[in-house]
Amino acid sequence: MPLKDRIDTPDVVIGEETQIKPFTMNFGPQHPAAHGVLRLVLEMEGEIVERADPHIGLLHRGTEKLIEYKTYMQALPYFDRLDYVCPMNQEHVFAMAIEKLLGITVPRRGQYIRVLFCELGRVLSHILNITTFALDVGAITPALWGFEEREKGMEFYERICGARLHANYFRPGGVAQDMPAGLAEDMMDWCDNFPKFLTDLESLLTENRIFKQRTVDIGVVSPEDAQDWGFTGAMLRGSGIAWDLRKSQPYEVYDELDFDIPIGKTGDCYARYLVRMEEMYQSIHIMKQCLEKMPDGYVRSNDYKVTPPPRAEMKSSMEALIHHFKLYTEGFHVPAGETYTAVEAPKGEFGVYLVSDGTNKPYRCRIRAPGFPHLQALDFMSRGHQLADTVSIIGSLDIVFGEIDR
Amino acid sequence: MPDDSLKDLADYISEKMEKHVIGYVFEKDELVVQVKPDDIAAVLQFLRDDRECEYTTLIDLCGVDYPERPERFDVVYCLLSMRQNSRVRIKIAVEEDQIVPTVTGVFSVAGWLERETWDMYGILFAGNPDLRRILTDYGFEGHPQRKDFPLTGYVELRYDEEQKRVVYEPVTLTQDYRSFDYLSPWEGMTDMQNAGDGKGSVPFGWKGIIDDAKDTEGQDNASEG
Repeated sequence: MPLKDRIDTPDVVIGEETQIKPFTMNFGPQHPAAHGVLRLVLEMEGEIVERADPHIGLLHRGTEKLIEYKTYMQALPYFDRLDYVCPMNQEHVFAMAIEKLLGITVPRRGQYIRVLFCELGRVLSHILNITTFALDVGAITPALWGFEEREKGMEFYERICGARLHANYFRPGGVAQDMPAGLAEDMMDWCDNFPKFLTDLESLLTENRIFKQRTVDIGVVSPEDAQDWGFTGAMLRGSGIAWDLRKSQPYEVYDELDFDIPIGKTGDCYARYLVRMEEMYQSIHIMKQCLEKMPDGYVRSNDYKVTPPPRAEMKSSMEALIHHFKLYTEGFHVPAGETYTAVEAPKGEFGVYLVSDGTNKPYRCRIRAPGFPHLQALDFMSRGHQLADTVSIIGSLDIVFGEIDR
Repeated sequence: MPDDSLKDLADYISEKMEKHVIGYVFEKDELVVQVKPDDIAAVLQFLRDDRECEYTTLIDLCGVDYPERPERFDVVYCLLSMRQNSRVRIKIAVEEDQIVPTVTGVFSVAGWLERETWDMYGILFAGNPDLRRILTDYGFEGHPQRKDFPLTGYVELRYDEEQKRVVYEPVTLTQDYRSFDYLSPWEGMTDMQNAGDGKGSVPFGWKGIIDDAKDTEGQDNASEG
């Protein structure tokens, strides 16, 4: 039978009133490429995504509410649990917001240690993102290699504060304790060897045909869109806007350090990968400078109304003992006022809007997580792409649900 | 002290948007502009498009609850200008049942941020195309970040073996929620005196005497002037 006759058989005629509904697909919440607990409701036209509706909040723990019921010092560890990939960068912004309201400064050595560990956090975060991104698009080796290096970085976390993940190390007024003997030398060794690993990692991905096919020209964001959708960090720089808070609004000792800000040209997933890759080289460069320039001295403020006095002093000084007792029961009082303080976290601008009413607990602590606007933009970024490309885009967004759901 | 350019900018904004701006203050060198709730979209549009401002990114949008005020909520808009390298916060004060116009037409990013503010505080945004709850569970009731919402919430959930699904039940606490009052009595009691404890700023019974002394001091100064 000729083809024409077969098509014209009455059973398969589509009537005028028959509507073709787009196919609705549920992606996640338990899916290896969902990077945590993302539930994505996709409306598909065949293999093409018409609309992506992320359902978030599955990891919502009410952090902002809980912080209102805790003293400033008790609230700090909640920040480790936001973006658990680079905990110290989060603590940093909360500590800085409190310092701003209190009007205290951090000793130089404390500032250098902070910058050192913030950059280590940036490396840890970018390793995780790039390797899992590669895993999503089909390359398993980077993840296996990357986690080994990441573990070495975590060991430095462990050596300085006793915990691999939930550090609680940055405190208002400085850091919890000084670096143990030998840590600086070991970190320097790691900084010398790490670029070798990065070069190996690049050799697996940067010119890899499959990786480029999956990422080049996928999820292109124009500079105008990037600003309209509130992008920050590597997402913004991948679209060609030279903006980094470490350069433009320098905090701590970033203005004394020499580093470059990589900018992407194309605004696609591949550009964002390249930006993150180069940022890791720059971070290692910053860490080396910190280790070389680090002065001696105190690591936290001597204002014992805010920071605990040294153990040894408490053995002989009544005053120190009282300060210690007051700090760990009542906490310190922060003068009434408000501030929005932000840092350049690995994922973008991480900010805290802190309102104090003069008591020992924050009145309001709003956490501005960079991943939240990025995930919102998934809808317009994945529109018209194939389902598999959505996975690439999610990978390049660098989302962690701890900070998005809060 | 805030730098001069920020002061100039504050004057410029309040002059250009005279009809919409209520006033401005500097909080820790950060510019905070209070505007009328109904004009928020116009103000943000001006701040985005004006050549002197160029606040092209809405960094954050959030609510703050002050239950004792007649206008119970503050809605705070944090703006960032990458060209001018400056930040500004715009605040509006709204009553509990007041509807705020959306700013999604000016900044697309506001969509989810308004959803979150609605979810957490119950502030309605008129014109937001997709004002669903975002962070709380499907079918959640109440607005958890309001100050009168208890920290424990009203319901807890568990997996029911018989019904083979997750069920919600009213919260039962096996022990009372421990809310420690850390506030020091010595700092809280500066106006209230315990006889003979010697901790207050004014000794017990001396208040009248000191006030009299202050009055005469004031008169002396006035006679000199």
